[in-house]
Amino acid sequence: MSVVVDSIKENPVEEFLRTDRLPHVWCTGCGIGTTVNCFARAVKECGIPLDELAIVSGIGCTGRVAGYLKLDSFHTTHGRPIAFATGLHLANPKLKVVVYSGDGDLVGIGGNHFIHAARRNLDITVILLNNFTYAMTGGQVTPTAPLDSIETTTPYGVFEENFNLPHLAASCGAVYVARWTAYHVMQVKKAMVEALNKKGFSFIEILSPCPTIYLRRNRLGSAIDELKYYKEHSVIQHGADTREVGITVRRPEKIIVGKFVDIEKPDYLTAMNKHLSEVLGDKYVRWGE
Amino acid sequence: MATAQKKKKFRGVVIVAPERCKGCAICVEFCPTGAITMSDKFNSKGYHYPEFTYPDKCTGCGLCGMYCPDFAVYGFREKIAEGE
Ligand SMILES: Cc1ncc(C[n+]2csc(CCOP(=O)(O)OP(=O)(O)O)c2C)c(N)n1
Ligand code: SF4
Ligand SMILES: [Mg+2]
Repeated sequence: MSVVVDSIKENPVEEFLRTDRLPHVWCTGCGIGTTVNCFARAVKECGIPLDELAIVSGIGCTGRVAGYLKLDSFHTTHGRPIAFATGLHLANPKLKVVVYSGDGDLVGIGGNHFIHAARRNLDITVILLNNFTYAMTGGQVTPTAPLDSIETTTPYGVFEENFNLPHLAASCGAVYVARWTAYHVMQVKKAMVEALNKKGFSFIEILSPCPTIYLRRNRLGSAIDELKYYKEHSVIQHGADTREVGITVRRPEKIIVGKFVDIEKPDYLTAMNKHLSEVLGDKYVRWGE
Repeated sequence: MATAQKKKKFRGVVIVAPERCKGCAICVEFCPTGAITMSDKFNSKGYHYPEFTYPDKCTGCGLCGMYCPDFAVYGFREKIAEGE
C-alpha cells in the first residue's frame, strides 16, 4: 500500500518558510533548497530566539534564500550582503546576523567586504553556497571556478587560478571555517548550529550542484551524479591545513571537507570596547554589551 | 524452536506533497532503506513525484526530508500504539 498525503502541515521546516511563495524558483535537483532544509533545522536547534536572528542575502539564485525564510530577512544588492550585515550587526549587536549567498556574490563582486569582515572578526555568520558559477545570469566565470571549467565567458576553459575559500577565510582571520557539500546534510546542519553559536566571523562553504548551468555546460551529469560524486570523493579531515584544501580541477580525486578552524579571538566590538575604554576611561560608553 | 519476532515499538512514516515536487528523485536515491520509489503518476505541473511504497522498510530517519530541495517530502518516527 502506498501512502500519499497531500498535506505537509507538520513538516518541521515549514514554520521557517514563507510558504505562500512556494514553489520556489530553484531548478529540479538544485542543491540550494537542500541547504535551506539544513538551515531551518539548525535554527530550530541553535536556541537563538527568532526575533534575535536576521538573514541577509545578496543577488543570485542563492540570494533568493532570504526571500523564502520567515525570519527578519533582507535581500540586498549584488555583492553587498556583508556590507549590509556589518551595519545591521553594529547598530544592533543583540542580533545574530547571518549572510547566506552565492560564490559570485560573496567572493567575486563582494570579495572586498568578505576579506575585511573576516579581518575585523566581525561577529557574523557567512554561509557561502559554491556552485562554481554565476548561475542566475547564465553561467559566467566566478573566482571559484576550477581550471578547465567551461563557462559562458570562458568557452575554451578556465586558465586562471581560483580561490581556495577556506584558506582565504582562515588567512584573513575567521575564527570558524568549515566546508561541506550538499550531500552532507547532517554535517551541514551541525556546522550551521556551531557557526550560529560562535562569537566572531564564522564561515561555511557548501559545495552544491547546479545541474542547469554548471553541470550541464561541463557535461558532468545530473544533480544526483554530482551528489554521488561528493559522496564517493569527499574525505573528512577536521583541522586540515587550509593551504591544502583548494579545489583546483573540475573533478578532483578527493575533496577535503570538515571543520578546519575553530579558535577563540576577540571579535570587532569586544576589541573596540576594550580599546576605547582603555583610552577614554569613564567617558566611554561601552556599546552592545 | 523459532523465537517470536520482537514487536516493533516505532514505525517510520514518509509524507509527500506531490504538488510541491519537481521530480529530482534525490529522496529515492538517498533513502538508506529503499522505502520510497518514483510514482508513474504526474502532478499538475507534469512532474513525477515519490511514493511511500515500502513502509515496512522505513526506519523514520528523516533523511528524505533533509535532502528534499523542494520541501515536498518529510519523514519521521511514530510510536506504535498498544495493541496495534
Ligand atoms: C551590480 C550588479 N552586477 C551584476 C548583476 C547581475 N547578476 C545578478 S545575479 C549574478 C550572479 C550571482 O552569482 P552567485 O552569487 O554565484 O549566485 P548563484 O546564482 O550562482 O547562486 C549577477 C552577476 C547585478 N544584479 N548587479
Ligand atoms: S540555475 Fe543552477 S543554481 Fe540557479 S536555481 Fe538552477 S540549478 Fe540552482
Ligand atoms: Mg554561484
